[in-house]
Amino acid sequence: MEQATGQIAIDLETSRGSRLEGAVTFLRRWPVFSGVILLVFVFMALFAPVIVPHDPGLSVLVERNIPPFWYEEGTWRYPLGKDPIGRDVLSRLIMGARTSLMVVAVSIVAGTILGTGLGLIAGYYGGFIDEIIMRLVDIWYGIPFVMVALIVAITVGAGLHTMMGLLAAASFAGFVRQIRAEVLSIKERDYVALARVAGASPWRILTLHILPGVLNTVVVIVTLSTGGLILAEAFLSFLGAGIPPPTPTWGAMVADGREYLRTAWWITVVPGIAILLIVLSLNFLGDWLRDRLDPRLRQVL
Amino acid sequence: MGATIVIFAGSRLMGDPLINLLPPDEGGFTYGFSQVVYEREKRRLHLDDPVPVQYAYWVVDAFKGNLGYDLTNKRPIAPVIVERLPHTLQLAFASFVVATIVGLPLGVLSAVKRGSIWDLIGRTFAALGIATPTFWAAMVAILVFSVTLGWLPTATKGEGFAIRNFILPTFVLATHAMAGYLRLMRSAMLETLDSEYVKLARAKGARNRTVIWKHAFKNAALVPLTYAGLLLAGFITGSIAVEVVFAWPGIARFGAEAAVANNLPVVVAVTLMFTFFYVVINFVVDVLYGFVDPRIRYG
Repeated sequence: MEQATGQIAIDLETSRGSRLEGAVTFLRRWPVFSGVILLVFVFMALFAPVIVPHDPGLSVLVERNIPPFWYEEGTWRYPLGKDPIGRDVLSRLIMGARTSLMVVAVSIVAGTILGTGLGLIAGYYGGFIDEIIMRLVDIWYGIPFVMVALIVAITVGAGLHTMMGLLAAASFAGFVRQIRAEVLSIKERDYVALARVAGASPWRILTLHILPGVLNTVVVIVTLSTGGLILAEAFLSFLGAGIPPPTPTWGAMVADGREYLRTAWWITVVPGIAILLIVLSLNFLGDWLRDRLDPRLRQVL
Repeated sequence: MGATIVIFAGSRLMGDPLINLLPPDEGGFTYGFSQVVYEREKRRLHLDDPVPVQYAYWVVDAFKGNLGYDLTNKRPIAPVIVERLPHTLQLAFASFVVATIVGLPLGVLSAVKRGSIWDLIGRTFAALGIATPTFWAAMVAILVFSVTLGWLPTATKGEGFAIRNFILPTFVLATHAMAGYLRLMRSAMLETLDSEYVKLARAKGARNRTVIWKHAFKNAALVPLTYAGLLLAGFITGSIAVEVVFAWPGIARFGAEAAVANNLPVVVAVTLMFTFFYVVINFVVDVLYGFVDPRIRYG
């Protein structure tokens, strides 16, 4: 509380101060950079087919490994250069954003529903059911995810849907523990007991009385785990066990440049920077949300 | 140990297990051998038993060191794992040491000089380290230090032991854990420095250095230890990336390359090894934790 009043005092002071100081405070209090980067990313992903300057799949072999525009041999027609088989890097980057967003959005929604659901059930019912669910989560944490993904890629076959399923499975466990812990404390509250006395069904209690109490936590975990999912997707595509070509993915783009590090570094570096920026923004946004919505998670995540 | 059930299920997902498990001299790897041989082998390998019994045989086999056969060169997997494992462990251990001796002090520095330029550097590094994809960091490291500056070799471990070959892979692998340590250490340290007993130590006139290292650090360091298990999981993923990019002769690359070649038994074996290490090290951490923190032993 003391800190909060201090903060307000500082704010008042800066509002009287110069505009520059006001801008600095604004940037500190709101995740502006993250927000802008994520908006650009989502915009790129949503309108990718409309805004790509060239066909991302079109390969012109004579134009392979053209450098970015700031090089002597570079051209503004292909601002970020071309890849080893003569495809426009910028266009592939934009289409890659679309692939990433689609895969991650679907899997995080599925993972959130599954994880939150299991967490609610484990926390509310306790006993044997709780034991089973928590052991499952422990087991899941114990096996290296990338190796499981490789096994699944071999047995089921790599592809868009496999990847969505895998990432959904990767994300659910993070929810279960945290939500369960929250439910354990919420279910002891009087209003839950009252609902039970009034004869509300478990489903009604869980969705109407307990779920709203854990929503903040859910939002924070979603934001903080999305970055990890993007990294996992990129890594699997890099290993060749992700979404198969010709679909452009950032991970596969990094892998494309591997043989050409010496001569055409931009093929590798550019998509990596894209991944880095997105994940960085998501993490910052997640931290900010956590401090705002659920400071108790600070110690855990 | 339930993890083995999941991996077992994974190992049986592809086609007829018998085709994969038959040693080559018995006519494995083709569907062309006779029905008689097939039935005989099926009985011999207990594949006509119910699944739980098969599972029991599988576990016993794995413990005896029989991890099946490599599908590409038709050799048993276990000796290859034994031969490659030291390389993975050396790299992982070196990175662990680097991450710890760099990450923890930086975290303390960042917390003690909160708001200073050191704190800014520390926090920036932590944020970047967590968000950078390891496989990409490895390639950029090669680009900068090997291709452009020409200071260090681009890849592979080479014969014998040379520190030159270790530097890049070790630091790249350590980055993620280092950033994690830094972040955890910083927040734990900030919390501890704010506690009553640290204030008391300061009030009674203890020197700053004593307060930080003797009073605060000892307690705050428990937090990174608690998360050692999670950091370790990141280490496994990271070592796959680093071994692939640096062409390191360890088991992680063995597994990753086998995956691209649809070589399931190898991937399963490597997964089993990683899981085994994960479980063992988590157990060690638990024991250590009780050792370091008496509250757990007597609580």
